[in-house]
Formats: sequence, structure tokens, C-alpha cells
Amino acid sequence: MSGIKQKDKCVCYQCGKTCDPDAIVGDGKVFCCSGCRKSYEVINQNKSCTCDDENNLVPDFECSNDSSVFDYLDDTEVQSKIVSFMGNNVSSVNLFLPEIHCSSCIGLLEKLNNYDKGIISSRVNFLQKEISINFDNSVSSIKKIVKLLASLGYEPKINLQENESPKKQKALFKSLYIRIGVAGFCLVNIMMLSLPEYLSVGTLPDIQLKTFFNYLNIFLSLPVFFYCSSVYFGPAWRALKNQHINIDVPISIGIVALFIRSLYEILFFNNAGYADSLAGLVFLLLIGKLFQSKMYDTLNFERDYKSYFPVSVTIKNGTRTKNIAVAKLDKGDRILIRNNEIIPADSILFNGTGLIDYSFVTGESAPESKVLGEIIYAGGRHTGSVIELEILRKVSQSYLTQLWNNDVFEKKSDHSITNFTDTVSKYFTFAILLIAFGSAWYWYSIDAGRALDAFTTVLIIACPCALALTTPFALGNAQRILGRNKFYLKNSFVVEKLSGINEIVFDKTGTITKSSDMSVKFTGGNLKLCEMAMVKSLVNNSSHPLSKMIFDSIKMRELYDTVNFEEIPGKGISGEISGKKIKLGILSFILEDPGYEFYDFRKEISRNVLMTNVILSINNEIKGFYSFSNKYREGLSEVLERLSANYKLSMVSGDNDSEKTNLSKFFKHDELLLFGQMPSDKLQYIKSLQQKGGNVLMVGDGLNDAGALKQSNAGISISEDISNFSPACDAIMDASGLNRLDEFLKFSVTTMKIIKVSFVISFLYNAIGLFLASHGMFSPLLAAVLMPFNSISIILFVTGATNYFAKKRNLL
Amino acid sequence: MSAIILLISVSIFVAACFLLAFIWSAKDGQYEDIYTPSVRILFEDDKETSKENLKLKQKPGKN
Repeated sequence: MSGIKQKDKCVCYQCGKTCDPDAIVGDGKVFCCSGCRKSYEVINQNKSCTCDDENNLVPDFECSNDSSVFDYLDDTEVQSKIVSFMGNNVSSVNLFLPEIHCSSCIGLLEKLNNYDKGIISSRVNFLQKEISINFDNSVSSIKKIVKLLASLGYEPKINLQENESPKKQKALFKSLYIRIGVAGFCLVNIMMLSLPEYLSVGTLPDIQLKTFFNYLNIFLSLPVFFYCSSVYFGPAWRALKNQHINIDVPISIGIVALFIRSLYEILFFNNAGYADSLAGLVFLLLIGKLFQSKMYDTLNFERDYKSYFPVSVTIKNGTRTKNIAVAKLDKGDRILIRNNEIIPADSILFNGTGLIDYSFVTGESAPESKVLGEIIYAGGRHTGSVIELEILRKVSQSYLTQLWNNDVFEKKSDHSITNFTDTVSKYFTFAILLIAFGSAWYWYSIDAGRALDAFTTVLIIACPCALALTTPFALGNAQRILGRNKFYLKNSFVVEKLSGINEIVFDKTGTITKSSDMSVKFTGGNLKLCEMAMVKSLVNNSSHPLSKMIFDSIKMRELYDTVNFEEIPGKGISGEISGKKIKLGILSFILEDPGYEFYDFRKEISRNVLMTNVILSINNEIKGFYSFSNKYREGLSEVLERLSANYKLSMVSGDNDSEKTNLSKFFKHDELLLFGQMPSDKLQYIKSLQQKGGNVLMVGDGLNDAGALKQSNAGISISEDISNFSPACDAIMDASGLNRLDEFLKFSVTTMKIIKVSFVISFLYNAIGLFLASHGMFSPLLAAVLMPFNSISIILFVTGATNYFAKKRNLL
Repeated sequence: MSAIILLISVSIFVAACFLLAFIWSAKDGQYEDIYTPSVRILFEDDKETSKENLKLKQKPGKN
């Protein structure tokens, strides 16, 4: 008798997206959001909405949260962090609304001033799920606006920490666009001015005109050299300062050689320069940079515990309550925690009974019940009625947050790892410098005047434009393809990291098991149908998560009335249904009533002692017990089987080993299964694997994996809802993609192979160029033809090949 | 031949104007959101409110 509530998917009447059937119902139809419902109503009212809207102003959806939840927004310090602009009467604020998902949402949210006259205007950025609101300080306030949004079903996710990096990236993108625009403008005009040169090959009849064209070319190449190319000069200079060489160094050498040679040719000999090649090269390189810097606006890969914890908490001072920011909590403060709120700091339970779900923090799957005086660690999610806590330690000193004091969180990992391109370009740079100096030295002994020519020619010809374009286009394309399969990489270099993996470590709770669903199993005698209905009726009275799971597992319609219902927190529930006394709970609770005989179920119960059990008795007769166990994700055993062929697998879990027998079905090849691991143990385990020479991929989901994800060579965070919190990692994967992990890894290996092949091709191009140059066939025209041809053919090859292999693996 | 020099100067000047327009639009953030405006255009304007909003919108918009 097992089973879970199957969530049927419905289709929104207005926008056609799938949604929960119990989402929003109106007029007998199902809608995915209030925006869709509103649009439907407006359309049905024959578009007479301008006046009718006045009457419909009241939001129809009650805010589920207590209205005092947003009280902290009255705090001026909090306000100053959220508000992006504050004037005397007009302020503007940007809020992240994860619920935005269809065009009706835009329609509703951009007409917010229908609901609150203080809102002057509101603009939605759909892709970033962001709304920016300008409002009148005297009429409205941030709190009012946030409340309004929450009541409409778009509760903003307010986080005081993470506001920096997206803005920086935005600015970076802006400057990249402008650079590309400038480079494109200069390229087109230089090519137009060089056209006569191309056609008459070398000699223009009119000297005056030729001079004019040449000098104009110099003028146009100035912004390309000084403005557009600066994105390469900066990193190249920094790399040289740190005494290593990256791909920017040979590119910069090439660009400088092109520019100086052009100046030299034009100013001294009035010959055609290489301005067209220079502009074309920079333009293509910048396009590659843009292609590579794909980012996912709504995802954040840098979150730490601060963004998981609530922003504010209700503090109790005598009989009065007020909301304060979590960071201000101090030892000895009394706080109130409501249903579904997160415990912000280590504290002692002072009043009420807590049922704390630590699955996200420690990996334990079953919720823990806590009684008066017990210590409750930060990070757990409380379910049940309001409890009162006394703070033991400040937020930053809590047991969980101490993990972030580890050194791993200090270092910035990305800079220390040299990638493949940089390794190649190191040898490449030395090689071309050697050839350049060699040829200069050779010519110096024959004809000193041509030594400089030979030197710059080699540098121009060997400019690694094709080489530099390979990586951005291959990795950028791979990142896009993986993103389409709901596997979102932090940046395109993660593809390279993934390709070098040889060991994979999994977390259990929430990663290979489903975080929300548990399977419910009844062990014991056969229950009659009416008895099952009774159990269902009894648990219907309780809001305990286990009761809810039992309720969902029993597929029956009819419900009986329960009398004398009693719920003893931490023990169980009891009640009378049609004269029979039914009890559900832990063993000691059932045995409180005298007159029990011990049934042989007890043996089974004790064998399963580590699993969460709920014992059922009807009329003082123990019928059996319900046990709850994790449900594993679909296709798990197949994907583990496929992965074990190429990778060493292991599992670390913060949970107890009650699932060991089940897990050994999945991990068939004597993989290491570790249980009861603390977050720091997981980190140490990864470290020990790396010390043995492993390139470790960590797959986890919760805060307890944060250290391991950071320490690993590549960390993937699994999430069922990617807009939800996920700890800092290299990639975020939608939970549905876990059973294709092997495909993704293989694809990243293929991508690196493609890059290697195209490196060989671009070396061939360079060799051909050097051969032609050594035979004196090098000219501005040849450069103008050869360099774009190299670059474009490489781009086509790389994107074509990655697309082809993606199609082969059904990733496209 | 001076005619060509003049014409080319003019043509580059005109092209530079377009470049400036592009830089202006990029700086103004037109490429930050390339989806929402396509939906926004389909919604009806509230006639009375939109005009006064436009005036106010400009002030705090830059952030």
C-alpha cells in the first residue's frame, strides 16, 4: 500500500502553459497566475476595462503570510539597501519576482498603479524576472508595494547581499556591445576605403587620393587599437606581470604588430597598411567574446548561506513583537518562528514544540521533533504552530555558518586554474617569438633594412586569431546546448572542467532522492477498506508532515467524522471514529494505554529502527506501522550504471544508513557509501580524493554540500526549481536532467576534442601563412583575405561540429 | 578628385552619426531586455495616466 499524490498537470486557460491544477481557479477555468486570470476577465468584459478596472481593484488573492512578515521593510537601513534611487518624493526600487513566467504577468505587473495610486510606473524585465517600480514616497512605501505584489501572487525575493555581480556583468556587456559597434563601424569603413587597393592590386593612379585613403585608414584604426583592443591588452599585461602567458598575450602581440606595421608602411612609404586586417581581427575576436559570455540572468551561482536565511525575523520583547534584520540578532534575544520559517541562528527551544526539517542543511531526510530546552541548530525549517526560541549564538557564529569559515571559501578558484587554451598559447607564443627573431636575425645578415619587415610579418601571419576564436565559440556553443537541456553552467569554462572529471561524488537527500516526495509503506496485517478510510480521516485533522504523507498515500474519497481528536506533539495523534479508538504515533505513545500484547511487528519495527516509523493501533490492537523512505529519481540506476563504466563513483550523505540496502542496488560496483557525514566531512572527503589525484565532480543540492561543491573541481547543484536557492557551484542542473548526466559529461569531453582538432587546423593555417610569407608573397591583400578566411572557417567548423555531436547525443 | 574626398568625408560623418546613435542606445540599456518590449507593445495604454507618467518616468529612471 504505497503511493504518493500524483501532481496532475493542467494547462492554463489563458497562456497555455502547464500549471498546478489547484493554482488559481476562476470562472470554472484554471489559470497559472493571477495575471492570466485578470487578462481573461478583461477580455471577457468586452474590453471595457478602463472604467471597470476601478471596481476590480482589490486583489482577489489573500496573502497567505502573516502581514507582519514584511515589517522589517519599514527599517530605513533595510530600505536604503533595497531602493536603487531615493528622491524627495519619488523613489525607485528593483525587485526580483521569481513567479513571473508568462506575458500576462507583464500585463498585470505593468499596470500596478491600478492597485496602488502611489505607484507611478512599473516596468518588467521578463528575462531577468525583475520589476522596477517608481513610486511616490508620500503615498506608498516599499512595504506596501511588496505586500501588494505578494498578495497578487508575485512575492519578491528580497536579498540584501547579492546585488553586486549582476550589475558588474551588465556593465561589462554594455561596454562589449559598444566595442563591437565601434570595431564594426571602423571595419566597414576601412574596407570601403581599401576597395580601390584591392581592385588595382597595389598601384593607385592618383597619389593624392591614395594618401587620403591611407591616412583615413590610420585615423579609423585608432579607435580599434586604443579602445576596442584594450580588452586584450589589459589581461595580457596583467598575465605578463604575474609571469605567465595566456591567450591574450599572442593576440596582443599580433594586434600591436599589425598596427605598428601599418603606421610604418603608411607614414614612411605611403603603402597600403593592414588596417583592414586589424579591424577585422578585433571585430571577430570581440564577437567571440560576446558569444562566450553567455550568462543566465535569473540564476545565481555565488550564493552562500546568507541568501538562504531569512532577511528578518520576529523578535519578542516582553509582550511586544517587532521585526528586525537577522544580522542584528544577538545572544539572548527571543524570537518567534512560524510555520515554514527557517531558524536563523542556533537557539534553545523556549516555548512550543518544534518539528524541524533539516534535510536541506544536514541531509537527514526525516524531520526531527524538538521539545522544550533542546538546542535547535540554524538552518532547519520549522513546521507546525508558532514556537519561541532564545538565541544562543549570533548568526555568523552558528554551527552551520561556521562551514563558511573554511579556507575554500576564501580563495577565488578560477584564476589559479590554467585552462587548455592558455597552456597551448604559452608554447605558441614562445614558438612565434622564436621564429620571428630567427627570421629577423637571418635577414639582418643579408639585408638589414628588411629585418624589421620580416619580424613583423611573422608576428602578423602567426597571430592566433583562429586559435583565439576556437575556444569561445566551442565552449560558448556547448554551454548553450547544455542550457537547452536545463543544465546551466556558470560560465563556458565549466565545460572544460567537466571534461577532465574522473571521479563523481553524489549527495543523497535531495540529490539522488526527491526532496519533497517520500514513499509511504504500510507493514503489518491487512487493513480493511473502512479502516484505511478511518486512518485517512484521522490524519486529516493533523498538519504534521507525516500525517500529510499518510493522507496522500491513501487513495480513498470518503472521510468520517473524528471525535475527541488529540495531537500530542512529538508523540502522535489519536481520535475516535465510529466508536473505534484510533492511535497513530511512536511506540511509547501507543503503549501508554494499558492492555497491549506485543505483536511480532515489533521485531520488524526494531529492525527498521532507523527509518521513521508511525505505528497504527485500532481499538488497542496494533495493526502495523507506516514507514517512510526516500524516493529515488527516475532513471537513477541506469545513469549510475552508465557512469560507473568511466568514472569512480561514491556517495556521501548526512543521513543515517537506513537506506544502505536500497542504495547498494544502485551502486552495484562496491562504490564507497558514506553515511552520517557532516558538511565539513564531505569537504574533507573531496579533498582526500583530490590528494590521491582525482578530478572530482560533486553533485549535491543543499547547504550541507556547499563546502564539498566549492572544494571539488566541478560542482553541480541539483534543483527541482531552479529559481530556488542553490549553494555556490559551477553549474545548476534541473533535477529532471540527472538521468542524463553521463550524456552531458561525454558531450563536454567531445567538445574539448573538437577544440583540439581545430587547434591543429589553425596551426596548419599559420604554417601555410608562414610558408607564403617566406616566399615573399605576403601583402596587405593576402592578409586581408587569409585572416578572415581562417577565422570564419574555424568558427563554422567548431559550431558545426559541436551542433553535430549534440544532435547525435539528442541534446539538440 | 576633390569631389570624392568630400563625398567620403560626408559618408563617414553620416556613418559616425549612426555609430553614435548605437552607442547611445547601448548605454541607455536598450539591449538589456530584448523580450519584454515585444510583449509590452501589445497591451493597451491607459490614456489619461500614461502622459503624466511619461514626464515622471524620466527623472528617477537612471540608476
